[in-house]
Amino acid sequence: MATVTGRTCEWEMVIGLEVHAQITSNAKLFSGASAEFGAAPNAQVSLIDAAFPGMLPVINGKCVEQAVRTGLGLKAQINLISVFDRKNYFYADLPAGYQISQYKQPIVGTGEILLDLADGETRTIGITRLHLEQDAGKSMHDQSPNETYVDLNRAGVALMEIVSEPDMRSGEEAGAYLKKLRAIMRYLGTCDGNMEEGSMRCDVNLSMRRMGETTLGTRCEIKNVNSIRFVQQAIEYESRRQVEVLEGGGKVAQETRLWDTSKGETRSMRSKEEAHDYRYFPDPDLLPLRLDAKWVDDIKKTLPELPDDKKARFIKEYGLKPYDASVLVAEKASADFFEKVAKGRDGKLAANWVTGEFFGALNKLGLGIENSPISADALGGLVDLISDSTISGRIAKDVFEEMLASSKPAAQIVEEKGLRKVTDTGAIEKAIDQILAANADKVAEYKSGKDKLFGFFVGQVMKATGGKANPAMLNDLLKKKLAD
Amino acid sequence: MSKLTDLSITEALAGLAAKKFSAVELAAAHITAVEKTRPLKALVTETPEIARKQAKESDARRAQGSAGALDGIPFAIKDLFCTKGVRTTASSKILENFVPTYESTVTQKLFDAGIVMLGKACNDEFGFGTANVNTPYGPVISPWSGTDPGAANRKLVPGGSSGGSAAIVAARAAMAATGTDTGGSSRQPASFTGIVGMKPTYGRCSRWGIIAFASSLDQAGLLTRSVADMALTLREMSGFDPKDSTSADKPVPDFTQAIGQSAKGLRIGIPKEYRVAGMNADIDGTWRKGEAMLKAAGAEIVEISLPHTKYALPVYYIIAPAEASSNLARYDGVRYGLRVPGESLSDMYANTRAAGFTKEARRRILVGTYVLSAGYYDAYYLKAQKVRRLIRNDFDEALKKCDALLAPIAPSTAFAIGEKQDDPVQMYLEDIYTVSLNLAGLPGIAVPVGLGSDGLPIGLQLIGRAFDESTLFRAASALEKEASFTHKPPFTA
Repeated sequence: MATVTGRTCEWEMVIGLEVHAQITSNAKLFSGASAEFGAAPNAQVSLIDAAFPGMLPVINGKCVEQAVRTGLGLKAQINLISVFDRKNYFYADLPAGYQISQYKQPIVGTGEILLDLADGETRTIGITRLHLEQDAGKSMHDQSPNETYVDLNRAGVALMEIVSEPDMRSGEEAGAYLKKLRAIMRYLGTCDGNMEEGSMRCDVNLSMRRMGETTLGTRCEIKNVNSIRFVQQAIEYESRRQVEVLEGGGKVAQETRLWDTSKGETRSMRSKEEAHDYRYFPDPDLLPLRLDAKWVDDIKKTLPELPDDKKARFIKEYGLKPYDASVLVAEKASADFFEKVAKGRDGKLAANWVTGEFFGALNKLGLGIENSPISADALGGLVDLISDSTISGRIAKDVFEEMLASSKPAAQIVEEKGLRKVTDTGAIEKAIDQILAANADKVAEYKSGKDKLFGFFVGQVMKATGGKANPAMLNDLLKKKLAD
Repeated sequence: MSKLTDLSITEALAGLAAKKFSAVELAAAHITAVEKTRPLKALVTETPEIARKQAKESDARRAQGSAGALDGIPFAIKDLFCTKGVRTTASSKILENFVPTYESTVTQKLFDAGIVMLGKACNDEFGFGTANVNTPYGPVISPWSGTDPGAANRKLVPGGSSGGSAAIVAARAAMAATGTDTGGSSRQPASFTGIVGMKPTYGRCSRWGIIAFASSLDQAGLLTRSVADMALTLREMSGFDPKDSTSADKPVPDFTQAIGQSAKGLRIGIPKEYRVAGMNADIDGTWRKGEAMLKAAGAEIVEISLPHTKYALPVYYIIAPAEASSNLARYDGVRYGLRVPGESLSDMYANTRAAGFTKEARRRILVGTYVLSAGYYDAYYLKAQKVRRLIRNDFDEALKKCDALLAPIAPSTAFAIGEKQDDPVQMYLEDIYTVSLNLAGLPGIAVPVGLGSDGLPIGLQLIGRAFDESTLFRAASALEKEASFTHKPPFTA
């Protein structure tokens, strides 16, 4: 738990997050128009999206299924009856003058998310609800000096608004929450979680209280913080701002604030008094959404193994440390990659290579797992050579570098470069004899009880053999020679 | 042979089938009739070229033996129905130049059945009204105003909101017209003009492409000159539409089978709460007459109770404006329709909506916005929804004891243009007998029964069970037969 140290005492952050996640679907929530990102402005707008007279919404069953899948993935209650409401407000990019959302009766009720923290600990964060709603269009104020342009491609696209309980206590936890939520949705295939393209957006609710207090302070909502890094920065800034206000004897005003990326600060957008009156009421164009319990059960049966279960299995099946397991399951692609490498091999060794050299290299190259120059099979080949003692771990690192550069299989590199371990006892013995002869003084010291020198002899022999001596064999032979 | 414009749809179809006249001739007679009835201001847009083209195509279909059920029948379409390529204004300035690129489901079905479109009929803007005075294209004048309605001293309203539809059908310039019915908008004008008007069960017809007033109450309606014409036309425009989530996936019976069937054995309920002290004597008298007629036709009359009747009007005037305030938010000057520029986005909205909406539309938007506001929602909208449920329960209970209800439609006969206009509440009281049925989602049909002491028509409505329009047609056809209402307005084409 991170605290903020004020002038008078330690302060605790209370954080809740509202995430808008764009549902992966071919069509919008209530129209047949495409929901694809990146089309020319207003190329994906139906008459319904543009709210032409007499147009009516029809619910997209696929989007409902995706919301239910997500709810099940969050171990949440699925509400068999939910209601769509109209949220009324005027804006140029809101064609109907209302957004169809779910207010009093959302499709998904309470659930939970398990956070994996850096110290290997876990923490449970409550989910308050998940509801379905339409996205608005996009207003572009920078296209003309005196006119605003409107792009309705996004208008009507299906969103899941996922609201957490105020259970988080640090920016780190907020970040872990977003990563975990994103991972779950990616595993489920319900949202691609791409924050740059805006398919996952986050509003932060934050209040401060003195350590030990149990009541909640007045919160501020910080709107549209569009990366995990910004969420953490915004929390950092806002928590200090609130502490300053409170320690200065002031009161935190309940308001909506905006995160200014360029200035690195939050600033007031509108106060509670200026808040819209959305005049919510059930949308009379849509009947209550009724789900069949069996249909929900059938969806449940198709859920993939989710991060938490996968992590538990990796620990059990491959003997991984919890931290390594959680790193591997954070992205489905990494988990799948790892499993391919680990299959029929030493799981721990495979995990070390995947989370160590492999992730390190991808990071350095700025590549994702999907365009890695080394395939899982290729990395597995390298692990095989280590396991059967063909090469040492140290040599393996060189081979790995070569694999990155040339994309050649590990075995080929080892053969071509003659990196195979020396397992010929004669050759090793010869090298030992030479080293011992050249260091007669040290041999004497060793024999008089300076055991530590054993490592020195090993190192020297390795050096002489170019690191190719089989370490186990070397140890045995060296011990024998020194005992003579 | 009588004038082509006097024929009922059934007669016209027989004439077309027997090659007594062609659809082109029928259309030509009606195009002339439309021109003659221009003083009524019944149509916002006339479409004679379309009518001629469709009539020609209709004749070709008939020659090939592929004529539809309404092939060649000249219709007017209420201007709340979006018609592809034909200006659709909702009788509002805000949509003055709006030309839809799409066809409403109901009009598409009617075109598929072969109708010929004469034009778009005027209505109270977006359906807001009971006199067809709330529109920059009107007011529509009733053909009952006199032999020269345009010059009459006392110009009568045709009722509303489907006033243009009623006027054009009553004046014999269209054989039928689509209406809509949110709180009586098809039945009340039918009663005022001496024709048949209907609101089918909520969900019977698709709302797709009908410009919305209050989504939970809106339903396509119809105005015809006979119950048989109504049964045939309603059959053609009904049916499930996957594009409207509130349309009902139920089979559409052949309503025409009910026409002419005996009313013997039908139980007709008389809602006692509708008979109030100080009731207009003509209305009360006609209602009693209607009761006697159905009894004479073999029906059994039972008194039933709708205990929550007195709440219907206030409930309606909360729910309808609430939904309207939200439905009309899209007319903002951004994407289509009128735009009056302003310094800021808010100014543009204000300027556009102030210039584009009539006073009545603005009033309903304000009322609706108010009842949905934080702090008032529970007291008004939520409470109204609860009472609405009670009203529906009243009807469910009543319709267990009888097959249909017989009730008045309007508190009086047609009034003059200008009357009641200063006091919106007086105007809203026009809806007192009609809104309950919309709140309950039930079907109702208005049948002309007699004339009042002022010589103006009075209709009665029959209210039936949900999706049981057939029983309603059976009762209505019996009532029509007994009443044998043959009065025509003093002014006809």
